[in-house]
Amino acid sequence: MGHTIAEKILARAAGKKEVFPGDLINAKIDLALGNDITAPVAINEFKKTGADKVFDKERIALIPDHFTPNKDIQSAEQVKLMRDFARQQEIVHYYEVGRMGIEHALLPELGLVLPGEVVIGADSHTCTYGALGAFATGVGSTDLAAVMATGELWFKVPPTIRIVYHGNLPPWVGGKDLILYTIGKLGVDGARYAALEFSGPAIGKLGMDDRFTISNMAIEAGAKAGLFSPDEVTRKYLQGRAVRPYNAVLGDDDAPVAEEYNWDVESLEPQVSLPFSPANAQPVSSVVGTEIDQVVIGSCTNGRIDDLRQAAAILKGRKVHPRVRLLIIPATQAIYLQAMREGLLEIFAEAEAAVSTPTCGPCLGGHMGILAAGEVAVATTNRNFVGRMGHPESRVYLAGPAVAAASAVSGVIAHPGDIGGGEAR
Amino acid sequence: MSILKGKVWTFGNDIDTDAIIPARYLNTSDPSELALHCMEDADPSFVAKASPGDIIVAGKNFGCGSSREHAPLAIKAAGISCVIAENFARIFYRNAINIGLPILESAEAAAFLKEGQQVEINLEEGKISELSSGRTFTAVPFPPFMQGIMAKGGLINYIREKQNKK
Ligand code: SF4
Repeated sequence: MGHTIAEKILARAAGKKEVFPGDLINAKIDLALGNDITAPVAINEFKKTGADKVFDKERIALIPDHFTPNKDIQSAEQVKLMRDFARQQEIVHYYEVGRMGIEHALLPELGLVLPGEVVIGADSHTCTYGALGAFATGVGSTDLAAVMATGELWFKVPPTIRIVYHGNLPPWVGGKDLILYTIGKLGVDGARYAALEFSGPAIGKLGMDDRFTISNMAIEAGAKAGLFSPDEVTRKYLQGRAVRPYNAVLGDDDAPVAEEYNWDVESLEPQVSLPFSPANAQPVSSVVGTEIDQVVIGSCTNGRIDDLRQAAAILKGRKVHPRVRLLIIPATQAIYLQAMREGLLEIFAEAEAAVSTPTCGPCLGGHMGILAAGEVAVATTNRNFVGRMGHPESRVYLAGPAVAAASAVSGVIAHPGDIGGGEAR
Repeated sequence: MSILKGKVWTFGNDIDTDAIIPARYLNTSDPSELALHCMEDADPSFVAKASPGDIIVAGKNFGCGSSREHAPLAIKAAGISCVIAENFARIFYRNAINIGLPILESAEAAAFLKEGQQVEINLEEGKISELSSGRTFTAVPFPPFMQGIMAKGGLINYIREKQNKK
């Protein structure tokens, strides 16, 4: 009897021949991540364990990205605590403003996360790395402290829910639309405690950036991980990037799964998730014409180079609607530089968008674009809970970069196919 | 572990971590500061109304959203003695156990309990009693492994003991 990719990775990390859903195991951790919100708590807890050195200074990444560049004295103090700890422990992967990026875009870009590995992060969107075929999951700060001290962590082996996408993706439909549609079908707790496994002809053709977007939002259906089996696309992405050798793990086709869904996405429309839940996914046509005040293109979900290219294709030669503020936030410094070389930043500036240095910023209502009461935003981020981007009475519609850019120039939520021009993929 | 006793405050399904502790307050990890904003975006008057020892009762998927440990920390620091829910989001569940915030899963209790009722909880037995009606409920027991962590007062103590043995 076969096993799912999640079971196979966890069995290996636990030093066992095989594991089954529900088993409690202790797994070796290949990489552990903390950010400027969660690491300070973890560092304090780490000190209480009695350990004086971290388990491996090359296998811990500490990334200040949420409130950086620091927005106030308190956040500056939090980052200072991290920085001091990183220096004292000689943590190799600590990155300052100017070198940093949003953690879930940065770590894969640096080749720090590899297929077949077990990665934990004190951040719920750690599941992003499932796109590379790593078992990656979000935990809390105390868990991170435990891993920094011991290099191991307990897990309950999750059951797997398999999602198979059939057909060819229509124009203007990408990874974001697939995952919003999926969360809409499953609900915010439809995959609670389970691992999602994404497969099928429609996603075989997707590039890594779209796959990261899909895995990133697995948590929005309550999932513990969102996995792809590594393929040629994965291998090419890792070429010249991987910091260590890796052993890819593939799922078995005959592995028993808890549930399997087969969806034809041949005629899927671009999706938008209405306030106040990522699971309120609707075809964009149902909300076309909704007036908006702000658009955010960025975040660990959609701040990668493919996302910026898509936005630029629509914004080229156009202006942002006079009533609208458009914020574009490349997710890492390397993406920023690439966008500059390709002339994308110029397109954005000429369209009268504001382009920011990498930061989580408005995604979590932290800084750099907070909404006032009653304001409405379209964002390529991953959560539209009450108060997520600012005032509890503001409203956020989640969408992919094409819908976001089309809406920014229209002043209302718009279908990218309706505004003419641009380049559908 | 002791007997917990307090007044019930009810919340609905899918209470997310942004409702429990909005991100705008995450520039600090000081529990006493976090406590001041506990449940603010779900019920802005919650902190003013609740008394030490009170109990939060919610529907399904309590604590979904971000991994911020600040969520169970804020609840604990606000003096809430226990959270009872139909079920919990995965990371919140881990975090609560790891920091020692008592939580219980009981669909029956979550459906029955109403705001303002007085409840008594025996954590070891997972027993929840509503005092005026005398109704009792038994929560899903934790696996022995997690009981071990909780018996040590959380994950850090558990590890410290393991390290000392090495
Ligand atoms: S971009 Fe948003 S979702 Fe991603 S890590 Fe930052 S705050 Fe979290």
